[in-house]
Amino acid sequence: MRVARLARLKIADGEIANYQAGLAEILTLVAQMDDCDTDGVAPLAQPQDIALRLRDDQVTETNERERLQSSAPQVEDGLYLVPRVVE
Amino acid sequence: MLHQHSLTALRDMLRRKEVSSEELTRHFLDRIGQFSSLNAFIAVDEEGAIESARKADQAIASGQLADLTGLPIAHKDIFCTRRLTTTCGSKMLAGFTAPYDATVVERLDSAGVVVTGKTNMDEFAMGSSNETSFFGSVQNPWDITRVPGGSSGGSAAAVAARLVPGATGTDTGGSIRQPAAFCGLTGLKPSYGRVSRYGMIAFASSLDQGGPLTRSAEDAALFFSAMAGFDSRDSTSIAQEAPSVDDLLSKPLKGLRLGLPTEFLDDSVDAEVLARVREALDALESLGAQLVDVSLPNSSAGIPCYYVIAPAEASSNLSRFDGVRFGHRSRDAADLQSLYENSRAEGFGDEVKRRILIGTYVLSAGYYDAYYLKAQKIRRIISEDFSKAFERCDVIVGPTSPTTAFALGEKTKDPVSMYLNDIFTNTVNLAGLPGLSIPVGFDTAGLPVGMQLIGRFMDEASLLSVGHRYQQETDWHVRCPEGFG
Repeated sequence: MRVARLARLKIADGEIANYQAGLAEILTLVAQMDDCDTDGVAPLAQPQDIALRLRDDQVTETNERERLQSSAPQVEDGLYLVPRVVE
Repeated sequence: MLHQHSLTALRDMLRRKEVSSEELTRHFLDRIGQFSSLNAFIAVDEEGAIESARKADQAIASGQLADLTGLPIAHKDIFCTRRLTTTCGSKMLAGFTAPYDATVVERLDSAGVVVTGKTNMDEFAMGSSNETSFFGSVQNPWDITRVPGGSSGGSAAAVAARLVPGATGTDTGGSIRQPAAFCGLTGLKPSYGRVSRYGMIAFASSLDQGGPLTRSAEDAALFFSAMAGFDSRDSTSIAQEAPSVDDLLSKPLKGLRLGLPTEFLDDSVDAEVLARVREALDALESLGAQLVDVSLPNSSAGIPCYYVIAPAEASSNLSRFDGVRFGHRSRDAADLQSLYENSRAEGFGDEVKRRILIGTYVLSAGYYDAYYLKAQKIRRIISEDFSKAFERCDVIVGPTSPTTAFALGEKTKDPVSMYLNDIFTNTVNLAGLPGLSIPVGFDTAGLPVGMQLIGRFMDEASLLSVGHRYQQETDWHVRCPEGFG
């Protein structure tokens, strides 16, 4: 499934058919959108429909690297560890 | 019995020193233990709760009272807490302790609450029955073979079973209102931007909103007033202070126009649900409200529109779970790609995966216009339908859910039939409006029926005032499920 790769989600071979069936059913439901005429309608991204508030570009948080990294599965010398990327 | 008192009554008893917070907290903790088979809680914090209760008792003794001093509550396990684990109902976050408290948690703490624990929920709030939780399903106290609704099912079951007098919830498409309806409670989804989303684990950011589940509208006003208000840490927070309890409950019912959308009152709704809603409308009319017909002509497009927008935003929000910075990490990872793919495959459950896949699909190149953009246009049409209806009425009224609570396992094999549960609630999230569910009676099986009130943007006061007035004349909201008295 291409979409599973895009979503970085491993779907086992035995489960693919089941997910495909589920997605097909949801897309059938979603296709009911076609009954609604949207010609000339502007999209609405969020209910307030206003530009989000901006703040001054100033440091407002303290550095809490250790505390934030304490929930990471694997950390060393303040860095997150992942499998080797570059040989 | 202490647990039969409302949040408001308990507050007054604490202030009059008729009961201590420690006594109250121990009583509710005992009940949480006694009824643990409901599976309403994911974590219970006896030690922390007793400690907070003792502090509250000292505050009461020295006259330093905040709005909710000494009242035991529970948080849906979607709100980050430094003291307790925050799992969001997922294996992905099993054992995770957040490095900070959510704004809602902070605000309620400074209002003086005693946190008894964290409640069960559908995984990442994706579900309408609490059955997608990694920590198991939750029983409905009114009939333990039935679901409590979802996604805030643990909070609803806990309040209905009198394990706490109030609990927090979140609502993306009906996740406060539908479980409130299924469990005979009062549940408020505030206007989008009213309650800070900081530290509330994101599902669909343009729809998510936190709110209270309580037994009465009066209690909901007390709870909501302490949760709401501007927060600079949430970029969509609205710059308005939280309304006072008095303001929230004092709008007169006389002359208020209640709009009945024909689309919400047709034969797609269970006949008994419809009958209870009509009886409640008659009662409100006899109390001085004026009933008017309105139309929400595009509401049937709500479900398909929602099931594009919510999964799209979810697929983006949940991309943060990568097995690197926090959460579950697969042991089976030869390279970075398989670390991501396997960690996510092992950490997420079926429904979450389904929504991530749908969301990824509708946002992918070549499909964006047909799905996501189309859904956003429908979203505007739905929002404008509400605006037009509010030219003719002040509050829109209908059933919260087309049926009463369904059986555990009844809809788990059929995701689409589960989605249709939210047919009356999710358009309210798409438009960002406030919605309230109140209990209006029972069906012949003895299951509670909920009625939904929808208000203008930022007008929670009209909803809570109508609810409060109705509850002064009726006793549905004080009925207690058998075995929990």
